[in-house]
Amino acid sequence: MELNGAQIVIQSLKDEGVEFIFGYPGGAVLHLYDAIFQQDDVKHILVRHEQGATHAADGYARATGKPGVVLVTSGPGATNAVTGIATAYMDSIPMVIISGQVPSPVIGSDAFQEVDMVGITRPCVKHNFLVKDVTKLAETIKKAFYVATTGRPGPVVVDVPKDITDPRIKVPYKYPKKVSIRSYNPAVTGHKGQIKKAVDLLLTAQKPIIYSGGGVILGEASKELTEFAHTLGFPVTNTLMGLGAYPSTDKQFVGMLGMHGTYEANMAMHESDVIIAIGARFDDRVTGKLDEFCPHAQIIHIDVDPASISKTVKVAIPIVGQVKPVLEQMLELIRESKKKPSKKALENWWNQIDQWRAVKCLEYDRESRLIKPQYVIEQLYEVTKGEAYVTSDVGQHQMWAAQYYPFDKPRRWINSGGLGTMGFGLPAAIGVKLAFPDSDVACVTGDASIQMCIQELSTALQYKTPVKIINLNNSYMGMVRQWQEFSYESRYSHSYMDTIPEFVKLAEAYGHVGMRIDKPEEVRPALEEAFAMKDRTVFLDILTDRTENVYPMIESGKGHHDMTLRVAPGTSTDRELA
Amino acid sequence: MRHIISILIENESGALSRVAGLFSARGYNIESLTVAPTEDPSLSRMTLVTRGSDDIIEQITKQLNKLIDVVKLIDLADSDHIERELMMAKIKTTEQTREEIRSLAAIFRGSIIDVTPTTYVVEMTGPSSKLDAFIAAIDGDTIIEVVRSGPTGISRGEKGLHL
Ligand SMILES: Cc1cc2nc3c(=O)[nH]c(=O)nc-3n(C[C@H](O)[C@H](O)[C@H](O)COP(=O)(O)OP(=O)(O)OC[C@H]3O[C@@H](n4cnc5c(N)ncnc54)[C@H](O)[C@@H]3O)c2cc1C
Ligand SMILES: Cc1ncc(C[n+]2csc(CCOP(=O)(O)OP(=O)(O)O)c2C)c(N)n1
Ligand SMILES: [Mg+2]
Repeated sequence: MELNGAQIVIQSLKDEGVEFIFGYPGGAVLHLYDAIFQQDDVKHILVRHEQGATHAADGYARATGKPGVVLVTSGPGATNAVTGIATAYMDSIPMVIISGQVPSPVIGSDAFQEVDMVGITRPCVKHNFLVKDVTKLAETIKKAFYVATTGRPGPVVVDVPKDITDPRIKVPYKYPKKVSIRSYNPAVTGHKGQIKKAVDLLLTAQKPIIYSGGGVILGEASKELTEFAHTLGFPVTNTLMGLGAYPSTDKQFVGMLGMHGTYEANMAMHESDVIIAIGARFDDRVTGKLDEFCPHAQIIHIDVDPASISKTVKVAIPIVGQVKPVLEQMLELIRESKKKPSKKALENWWNQIDQWRAVKCLEYDRESRLIKPQYVIEQLYEVTKGEAYVTSDVGQHQMWAAQYYPFDKPRRWINSGGLGTMGFGLPAAIGVKLAFPDSDVACVTGDASIQMCIQELSTALQYKTPVKIINLNNSYMGMVRQWQEFSYESRYSHSYMDTIPEFVKLAEAYGHVGMRIDKPEEVRPALEEAFAMKDRTVFLDILTDRTENVYPMIESGKGHHDMTLRVAPGTSTDRELA
Repeated sequence: MRHIISILIENESGALSRVAGLFSARGYNIESLTVAPTEDPSLSRMTLVTRGSDDIIEQITKQLNKLIDVVKLIDLADSDHIERELMMAKIKTTEQTREEIRSLAAIFRGSIIDVTPTTYVVEMTGPSSKLDAFIAAIDGDTIIEVVRSGPTGISRGEKGLHL
């Protein structure tokens, strides 16, 4: 089969099994858009800003496990995509970004809409390619998907100069079934000796804890993790990125750990003698002050990326490999082993954990006449029966969604953890809804975040992706305000916007339904009404208690055992609990 | 501690900038970097001298290995190895100093590869410390310019860095 470069790109995507391209046209990709026009196997979703394209593709990838695909033009199209590429990179999300480039002969001449996309994205991609030869185009695209989806996943940019897609130049096309790259051989199974050592250590633990993260979701190992935890009877804590990898309603789950994690999770980490970290990367939001991190524990760490191991925290037993096969290998050894975890020790440990649980660190004032954001999330959980896909933006609302919506399944909680990108939530929700049109998709957002990609409301109308936007409107950049309250004597420097749009009207202007809710008793009925409107995008502008803060909190420079807890519900003072 | 990392990397445009970019983005220091294609033209060999604690060097080698273009690498400091650096030094000469410079170059096993009525260019290879010693032995005012390649290295014995 002979095809031109533009057709090769589209045909390669089709052969790769790509359903959706999220993109925005421009000069350098016009040949490609012409090829898109002449087929309908791969559906193109026209966003309203290239950042939206990357987040939508990202949301699609997080929800499905399949790589998201983005198409942008050169220059400003490419630079607009960078925030979304970096977002995917920080959370290890598989994505392939095809960017147009000026024609090869003029590269380097400051041509119209030229930017060095390979150079600009180098620090925030897993890899990138500049295509120099149309006969290598299909193979390069195959390599891009291969690199993006294997090992530790991540975004890969393929920069395609306009002449490469010239419709007049046809070359033989064959999409490779497989590619290999001699310098790239990511680990799969773990080292047997290390696994044996790890199992021995686990079986002697007195106060063990499983600390699992996004790698379990990326590695499709929720089932194995759950079985592993149930077999051992150990407590499980998850990172923000790992939520749903282990069922949050399971009795062995002690909640999220880290800065806004639960008291019991952080105390259990602090007091533990053996930690097994599974697909988690000891982020600073998790460890708090490194010198005080888990002083009594020996640590086992399973990660497919050797660079994640002993990066910030030295571990005793590193295991490089994919979570799923490594957990299977471990389970087999545990089952074969005559040694069992000490019943007595675990009983004591669980008693201790139950005492920490009794602190009820997530309690809040349920009597308030103002709408408490936590209450909204609890109601959202009930109305959606815990089955919704929930995307979020970045801020307090993100933390409340993570704390009060117990996810039981992986890939349901979709948020930007590593980069913390405001503007992520709405386009991500659109990507999710395209993948799962019959599921409920909610975007939990804030009055500031939603304005960063609000233009995608227009995309939502065009492609009929009826997501529900839950705007926890506190008329503040709440998370910033909270830090200013705690650390800057409440000098609220620029964390308040004098003008916030009338979101109801804005939603209506975009062709959607808008609702404004300002009383607690209206929350439940409004949510029910919104989710009953199966074919409409609904914007719920919920006016919440403006002074509410996220608790518990490990303030910067403190250790896990040094959390700030909420005192009595209703008061805004806090106390230290050692 | 000083480490000398030897890298086999795809000979592709952009490969060098990936390595250089990694060092600047992560705040690692590079003392010197040399690179040239190998006997297999699809590969380049890079020698990089850096300094850091063991933890940092471990991260550096892991991060380098993570670059898709990097095929293999070794930290030469981990084993017995040989280091050589090439230097060319352009030195002002007078009738009176020529003999002295010639004999000094001979002591350091250097050779004179360019001569004008008023200058010599001395070529010398060796461990960096030897080159430093030569420069220290020459009157500083007579040095016009010094060009150094930065060290390259190879391990001793049968083992080698190849595909
Ligand atoms: C406002 C805000 C507050 C936050 N507060 C918290 C908080 O309180 N608590 C918290 O936990 N986080 C918090 N975060 C998120 C935090 O910044 C990090 O994104 C998060 O902690 C990282 O999660 P993770 O360790 O699971 O790693 P991820 O970023 O999910 O990385 C996954 C790890 O698993 C590895 N991996 C990937 N695939 C596989 C596989 N198949 N097999 C084996 N290994 C694999 C990767 O190499 C990587 O090391 C917050 C973020 C924001 C924006
Ligand atoms: C693009 C971007 N800019 C700035 C920030 C810093 N930041 C983190 S949270 C936040 C405020 C978010 O406000 P809002 O969306 O209203 O959420 P709230 O905290 O009030 O729930 C800001 C500005 C960021 N994370 N992303
Ligand atoms: Mg807000």
